[in-house]
Amino acid sequence: MAAIDGRTPVRSSTAWTRLQWGFADSWTVARRHLMHIRYMPDKLLEVTIQPIMFVLLFAYVFGSAIAVPGGNYKAFLMPGIFAQNMMFAAMPIMAAMVQDMQRGVIDRFRSLPMSRAAVLIGHIGASFLESMLGLAVMVVCGLIVGWRPLLGVASTGEAILVLMLFSFAMTTVGAFLGLVVKSVEAAQSIGFIVIFPLTFVANTFVPTAGMPGWLRAAADWNPVSAVVQATRQLFGNAAAVPPGHGTWTLQHPVIASAIFGGLLIAFFLPLAVWRFRRMLSK
Amino acid sequence: MATTTGVAPTIRADGLIKHFGKVTALAGVTFAAAPGTVLGLLGPNGAGKTTAVRILTTLLMPDGGHAAIAGYDVVRHPQAVRERIGLAGQQASVDEYLTGRDNLVMAGRLYHLPMKAARRRADELLERFELAEAASRLVKNYSGGMRRRLDLATSLVVSPPVLLLDEPTTGLDPRSRMGMWAVIRELVQDGTTLLLTTQYLEEADQLADHIAVIDLGGVVAQGSPDELKRSVGGERLDVQVRDPRQLAAAAGAMERACGHPPAVDPDVRRLTMAVDGGAAALTAVVREFDAAHVVVEDIALRRPTLDEVFMKLTGHATQGAAEPPAEGRGRRPKA
Ligand SMILES: Nc1ncnc2c1ncn2[C@@H]1O[C@H](COP(=O)(O)OP(=O)(O)O)[C@@H](O)[C@H]1O
Ligand SMILES: [Mg+2]
Repeated sequence: MAAIDGRTPVRSSTAWTRLQWGFADSWTVARRHLMHIRYMPDKLLEVTIQPIMFVLLFAYVFGSAIAVPGGNYKAFLMPGIFAQNMMFAAMPIMAAMVQDMQRGVIDRFRSLPMSRAAVLIGHIGASFLESMLGLAVMVVCGLIVGWRPLLGVASTGEAILVLMLFSFAMTTVGAFLGLVVKSVEAAQSIGFIVIFPLTFVANTFVPTAGMPGWLRAAADWNPVSAVVQATRQLFGNAAAVPPGHGTWTLQHPVIASAIFGGLLIAFFLPLAVWRFRRMLSK
Repeated sequence: MATTTGVAPTIRADGLIKHFGKVTALAGVTFAAAPGTVLGLLGPNGAGKTTAVRILTTLLMPDGGHAAIAGYDVVRHPQAVRERIGLAGQQASVDEYLTGRDNLVMAGRLYHLPMKAARRRADELLERFELAEAASRLVKNYSGGMRRRLDLATSLVVSPPVLLLDEPTTGLDPRSRMGMWAVIRELVQDGTTLLLTTQYLEEADQLADHIAVIDLGGVVAQGSPDELKRSVGGERLDVQVRDPRQLAAAAGAMERACGHPPAVDPDVRRLTMAVDGGAAALTAVVREFDAAHVVVEDIALRRPTLDEVFMKLTGHATQGAAEPPAEGRGRRPKA
């Protein structure tokens, strides 16, 4: 048998080639996730069917019973569902990180002469793309059930940007948590115990006006509410909160969303990087 | 006692220390492998083998001591080390939700081979490791042996000059184990320097040029397989007598034949003794049994087991080492 050919691995020499390889490696890691979607039907369901189900369930089951100011529940609902699913962006990446660590895949990556940052960037990038795929599915689904953005291209684009920012922020949160928790089960319970309720204690599905005072305060300050309000306004699905009503975050929802998203990223992205590096000395 | 002096070792660990909280995983471990040789790290579960491998492969920082691969310090030049090593961890760290080929192509890309070269190399390796037929199947559906082979193939994508295999055959059935041994021997012929950890004396004996026995984070003995076996008294003769009343007579016969008394375990009517002459000793013992009319139920010449090596070297038995857990997914995330 022929000896294994001795190709010399490419050395990372200059800063420029290192950067190029950093990108290439990140893409390779991200591509791996996207390939998983192809082979894992349940993952495909998570990204596509689940959002569709949410749209249909809320639009037709609750939509008939829940009354909102202005009267159009579908218009009220869709931005809520979009925002909720952006929150959920934290969950798949959390599970993926835990699994990769358990199965030694991260160790394998770390023993290769690849860029270290690429492991993290690839994971975050792929999860973000998946979340965007989910958003696209939901938008199409919303259009089918009769929801419409009403304020033209620029404003609609802004709404999408707010959602993207939030999805990205939650992905970094998930990346960090995935490096902290020890099991997939733990990751899932964080999803159920923290993230899921957070999306409900908000103006996502019902106006907060009817909630008991303390709950309403929590719901109004909830970043999710700001994102939902921002998207509703930018899609033209709800009027702005008039001065003197609601919290500052609801009166200035777009700025508030940008601040919340920015803070999450500024906090959790470095934290994830730190955690990832620290695993080395452990 | 260590490896050949004069030649700089390709793999070198020098007084490695590592603590995990209160646990001392490595308490100053020193070993070396000369270029082109196979070093076996032999030890029971929890001895510190994986910890040593993880330090050598830059996955873990030592708390003390030094380690180097091909002259590059693992702490100061981790990137240079990573460019020269291949690692097959204790867990087959392959991606279950990709095909075998996808796994190899991905590894090729991460070693920065151009796409075309990565694909070609993947096909070569699939062929070589008898995975060509399963190349397009999801790894999830591979057997334990196939996973291990794929894992090993992944670490060979760029033919690294130094290879570290952490318990490459633990959990494999005997046939897959033989297959793995054959592959490893072939690699060594190609000039790869190899570090291999194992719980099986037999495996170290078969594959290694030099063995370091480690226990509780320390090296308790080093040497060639022959040196090591001689140090624990070569082969063992096991005898089981039919009638417990004949134990004393049998022990006497064995002492006459070999010059020293056997260890007697009356509960199972067994006598065990270290012997030097192999078959000649066996013949002599049988002759004495005949003369003394001892009726034997079973008699066998065998290699010392790892337990006996340990008992001899450390004065205590191996703890829970004997049977490896069945291979499975999701097992032992860290430890
Ligand atoms: N990440 C870790 N955290 C805590 N203890 C650990 C960790 N890794 C290993 N250990 C402990 O260190 C010792 C050596 O473990 P290891 O190197 O895995 O042994 P081996 O590979 O020989 O079975 C064991 O007592 C093990 O429990
Ligand atoms: Mg181990």
